[in-house]
Amino acid sequence: MSVPGRDYLEVRGIRVEFDGFVAVDGVDLTLLQGQVHFLIGPNGAGKTTLVDALTGLVRATGLASYDNQNLLDRPSHAIVRLGIGRTFQTATVFEELTVLQNLDIAGGVHRRARSLLRRRRGVPERVHETLATIGLTEQADRPAGVLSHGQKQWLEIGMLLVQDARVMLLDEPVAGMSAEERRETGELLHRIGQERTIVVIEHDMDFVRDFADVVTVMSAGRVLAHGTVEEIRADPEVQRVYLGHTVEGVA
Amino acid sequence: MSRRTTLLTALGWLALAAALLGLAPALLSDFRLGLLAKYCCYAIAAVGIGLAWGRGGMLVLGQGLYFGLGGYAMAMHLKLTDAGPGQVPDFMVLYAGGEMPVWWEPFRSPVVTLLAILLLPVLVATVLGAAIFKRRVKGAYFAILSQALTAAFAILLIGQVKTTGGFNGLNNFQSFFGYSLYDPVNKRMLYFLAAGVLLASVALMAQLHRSRFGELLVATRDAEERVRFLGHDPANVKLVAYVLAAVLASVGGALFVPVVGIISPEDVGVGASIALVAGVALGGRASLFGPALGALLVGYAETSLSESFPGSWSYFQGGLFVVVVLLLPGGLAQALSALASVRHRVGGPPGGRRRRERPASDRTRPGPTTPQEVTA
Ligand SMILES: Nc1ncnc2c1ncn2[C@@H]1O[C@H](COP(=O)(O)OP(=O)(O)OP(=O)(O)O)[C@@H](O)[C@H]1O
Ligand SMILES: [Mg+2]
Repeated sequence: MSVPGRDYLEVRGIRVEFDGFVAVDGVDLTLLQGQVHFLIGPNGAGKTTLVDALTGLVRATGLASYDNQNLLDRPSHAIVRLGIGRTFQTATVFEELTVLQNLDIAGGVHRRARSLLRRRRGVPERVHETLATIGLTEQADRPAGVLSHGQKQWLEIGMLLVQDARVMLLDEPVAGMSAEERRETGELLHRIGQERTIVVIEHDMDFVRDFADVVTVMSAGRVLAHGTVEEIRADPEVQRVYLGHTVEGVA
Repeated sequence: MSRRTTLLTALGWLALAAALLGLAPALLSDFRLGLLAKYCCYAIAAVGIGLAWGRGGMLVLGQGLYFGLGGYAMAMHLKLTDAGPGQVPDFMVLYAGGEMPVWWEPFRSPVVTLLAILLLPVLVATVLGAAIFKRRVKGAYFAILSQALTAAFAILLIGQVKTTGGFNGLNNFQSFFGYSLYDPVNKRMLYFLAAGVLLASVALMAQLHRSRFGELLVATRDAEERVRFLGHDPANVKLVAYVLAAVLASVGGALFVPVVGIISPEDVGVGASIALVAGVALGGRASLFGPALGALLVGYAETSLSESFPGSWSYFQGGLFVVVVLLLPGGLAQALSALASVRHRVGGPPGGRRRRERPASDRTRPGPTTPQEVTA
C-alpha cells in the first residue's frame, strides 16, 4: 500500500527468533509520518525486539522498508544514516560530555570528514534550536551525567533531532518520569511529530490515552490490535490479554 | 574546550619546546644528547599510542611492528647509499654471496624511502585494522593479537638473515642523506630533527584532542555501541586513530635508525613494544603530554638502570607497567591533577580556578580511572 505525499515506514512479516524461541512472530505495521504511534503490550511481548530488528541490533526476516530502502540486513549505523533513530530503555547519553557536546556530537553524521578535524567553534544553529525545543538551554554546559532521568531522555530525543532522524523509535521514554514531566514529554512529541514518524513504546495507559494518535497492541510476538485508543479499548482480544494486568485504562 | 585549557596547552607545549630545543642542547654532553634523541624517537611512537590507547581505548601492545617498518625502510636506504650506486650492502656480500632481493631496489631512492616510511604503515595498519575492528575484536583479544603480530614480525626478521641481517639487524651506517654520521655536528642536527618531529606530533595531538574527531574518538572509547546509533561505524573511527598511531611509530622508528646506528629485531619485538606502552602508561595515556614525557622518562630509566644493574631492566619495565595500570591508571598526569585539585580545595583563591563550583563527586575525571577500562 502507498500513501502519496507522506513518508512511511512499512513493516511486513517481521520475524525474530532466538535459539528456537520466536520473540517477534510475523508483525505487519504501517507507520505514517505526522502521527504519534504507540506500541503497547505486556512484558516480553516483543516490543523492544521489534525495534531492535528495525535498527539492525538483531537479525530478522521479513520486510522493513523506509523511503524505498530495505532496512533489514543493514548495519545499525547505515540504518541511522537513512534517517531512522532510536532511544533505549535506559538512557545512554555520554555522561562525561556536556549537554551541548552530546547534541553537537549527534550532528556528526551530517558533517564532512574534513570538518571533523577542526574544533567546534560556537554553537551550530540546529543545536541551539534543539536546546530550546527540549528545554535544556539552562543546562547546556553541565555534564550530561548530572541530569535527572527525565532530562536525560529529553536529551536523547534532542540528539535524534540534531541527527535529523525522520523516524524516531523511542523505547519507554517516560518510564520513571513525574506526571508533569510526562505531560511535557507528550507535548514535545506532538510538537516535533508533525514532520516525523514517531513510535513510542509505553506501558502507562494514562499517557497513551492522552497522547496517542494510533496504538498497536502486541502480545507474544504478534500484533493483537491496531487503531485509535477507543478502538483498542473496545477490542475484546485486548481486554482478554490485559485482564489481571495493571493497565486498567484499557480494560 | 575552554580558553583557559587552550592557553595552558600552548604554554605546556612552549615549555616542552624550550626544554628540548634550548635547555637540553645547552646542558647535555654530545653523548647524553644522543641518548635523548633516542628517547625522542620512542616518544614519537608513544604519542601515537596515547591516541590509540588513551583516547581510543585500543591497547596497542605491538607498535614495534610499525616502529620496525619505518626503521627497516630507513635502514635499507642507508645501507644502499653507503654501498653506492649499483652496489650491494656489505652484509649481503657476506651472507648472501652478493645477491640482493628485488624488493630492496626501490629503497635506493630517498623519495621512495620517505614515502614508504609514511605509507607502508598506513597500508598495513588499514588492512590489519579493518580486519580487526570490523570483526569487533576488542579488549584483551585486541591486545594479544597486536602483540602476536609483532612477535611474528620479529621472528620473520630473525629468520631472513640474508635479506634483513637476521638477529643482528642492520647497522654500521656511514651517512644520512649525504651527512656523515660520524660528525658530531650532524649528530646534533639529528637530535634537533627528532626533537622537532616530537614537538610537531604533540602539536598534532593537541589539535586532534580538541577537534570533533577527538570528541568522537573518546565517545567511541567509552560507549562504542552508542556511537553506532549516531550513524558512525565505530570501526572506522578507531581505524583512523590506529593508522595515525602506526604512522607515528613508523616515523619514530625511521629516526631511530640514524640516531642509534642500528635496528634489530630486538628493537621492534615484544619487549620494545611493551617498553613503549609502559612509558605511555606512566605518563598518563589519555593526557596530551603524558605519553611523550612518560616515554622520555622510561627511556632514561632504561639507560640508567642498565648502566647500574645490567639485566634488571626487563623486570623493572614489566613491573612498572603492572603497577601503573593497577594503581595509577591515569599515570603521572592523573597524580598531578589530583595534587592540583587537592591544593585548590585546601588553599586555592576563591573562584580562581573554576567559576562555577561543583561538588567534588561530579568533578570531571582527568581520564579513565578504573582498571577494567585498561583493555576496554
Ligand atoms: N537476546 C535475546 N536472547 C534471547 N531471548 C531474548 C533476547 N532478547 C529478548 N528476548 C526474549 O524475547 C522476548 C521479547 O522481549 P522484549 O524485550 O522484546 O519484550 P518487551 O515487549 O520489550 O518487554 P518489556 O515491556 O519488558 O520491555 C522476551 O521473552 C525476551 O526474554
Ligand atoms: Mg522492552
